[in-house]
Amino acid sequence: MCVECGCGLPGAPGEVQIHPAGPGPAHSHHHGHPRPAPHGHEHDHAHDHPGAAPTKDQPRAERTVGIQRSLLEKNDRIAERNRGFFQAKRLLVLNVLSSPGSGKTTLIQKTAEALAGRLRLGVIVGDLATENDANRLRSTGIPVVQITTGSVCHLEADMVARAMTGLDLDALDVLVIENVGNLVCPASYDLGEALRVVLMSVTEGEDKPLKYPTMFHSATVAVITKTDLAEAAGFDREQAIANLGRISHHARRFEVSSRTGEGMPDWCDYLVERRRELAGAPAAHS
Amino acid sequence: MHEVGIMQNAIQMAEQQARESGANRIHALRLRVGLMSGVVAEALEFAFEAVSRGTLAEGARLEIERVPPAAWCAHCGAEFPCEDYDLTCPRCREFSQELRRGTEMQLSSIEVS
Ligand SMILES: Nc1nc2c(ncn2[C@@H]2O[C@H](COP(=O)(O)OP(=O)(O)OP(=O)(O)O)[C@@H](O)[C@H]2O)c(=O)[nH]1
Ligand SMILES: [Mg+2]
Ligand SMILES: [Zn+2]
Repeated sequence: MCVECGCGLPGAPGEVQIHPAGPGPAHSHHHGHPRPAPHGHEHDHAHDHPGAAPTKDQPRAERTVGIQRSLLEKNDRIAERNRGFFQAKRLLVLNVLSSPGSGKTTLIQKTAEALAGRLRLGVIVGDLATENDANRLRSTGIPVVQITTGSVCHLEADMVARAMTGLDLDALDVLVIENVGNLVCPASYDLGEALRVVLMSVTEGEDKPLKYPTMFHSATVAVITKTDLAEAAGFDREQAIANLGRISHHARRFEVSSRTGEGMPDWCDYLVERRRELAGAPAAHS
Repeated sequence: MHEVGIMQNAIQMAEQQARESGANRIHALRLRVGLMSGVVAEALEFAFEAVSRGTLAEGARLEIERVPPAAWCAHCGAEFPCEDYDLTCPRCREFSQELRRGTEMQLSSIEVS
């Protein structure tokens, strides 16, 4: 630590930790340091003298402290830890998102049934209040852990970290996380998933991706659900696909009906393929 | 709505930084919030008063810079605004997969004494 001003020149790890490196103006000092060594952070931070009481002549002036930190950094850190953990276990993790009632639970149920004998699924399901979805999924015979979020409108990485201790992960190939039905809040919260699967049902209108661009842009997979109802709902498929193309051009697209099974084989093959890739890949953090 | 939780994070982070720099009052917080970040700046402002009560930031100004989305085209290298969330490059009509700005949610600086 710099003896003169207590600013934390090299050797003060606390100072370095709190300012992530990033582009910004060079650190400026208001007084001379014998050796202006490179700092672990690059921004203009105001100098202060802890404990130095303001005098009559020099009232403590307002000064700017540069920070540049993400408000989600805590969640992002835990999500990265989850991701490393999942990778080491060769577990394919899906974060399944949609508006309330777009068919998340039903799709997960049908997927588990269709993949029986090929992939072992486990589910973490987030729900505001009830155990209904968890019970529906348990009836399929797969392991399920429920997170009751109370008033929280999305799952966070630490909730997943806690919930997964309730599953025997070594006995699974795929972990499906059913997020809370909401297309706004969960978009910002990385859980450590490999695939972000965003659903829109044919009954919701073709402009869903345009109304919730943040969520649809973050999707790695976009699934149009309840295709058996398309005709009755007057669903304009071309328009929906054009809208998805605009917002989630990079996303892999599927069209399925959990009711009739239409489109399920493609979706299931895709999961098998992704899981196979993962099992063959070297673990990033083990 | 999770703006209350986000604002709590911001204030905790600001208090920690203020204390570490020897300050005991926060006069202003500056946030950068992308228009595609998933949080609504107005809701953050609304949450701020309640959440800051009893903290070093009580009575502080909250300045939120709203960052419009901009994308980058890997095909031709153009950076272009996409206010209506259209990620089609206006120059070469390719789709961009990279939002360069507009999703941030950041505490940029604080004023302290
Ligand atoms: N016709 C038809 N109905 C479906 C299909 N998939 C789901 N449903 C029905 O849609 C309703 C909602 O389905 P869920 O699977 O509970 O939806 P969800 O997204 O899990 O709902 P929340 O967890 O409450 O957000 C139920 O009545 C399902 O039976 C489908 O492919 N076709
Ligand atoms: Mg459900
Ligand atoms: Zn271009």
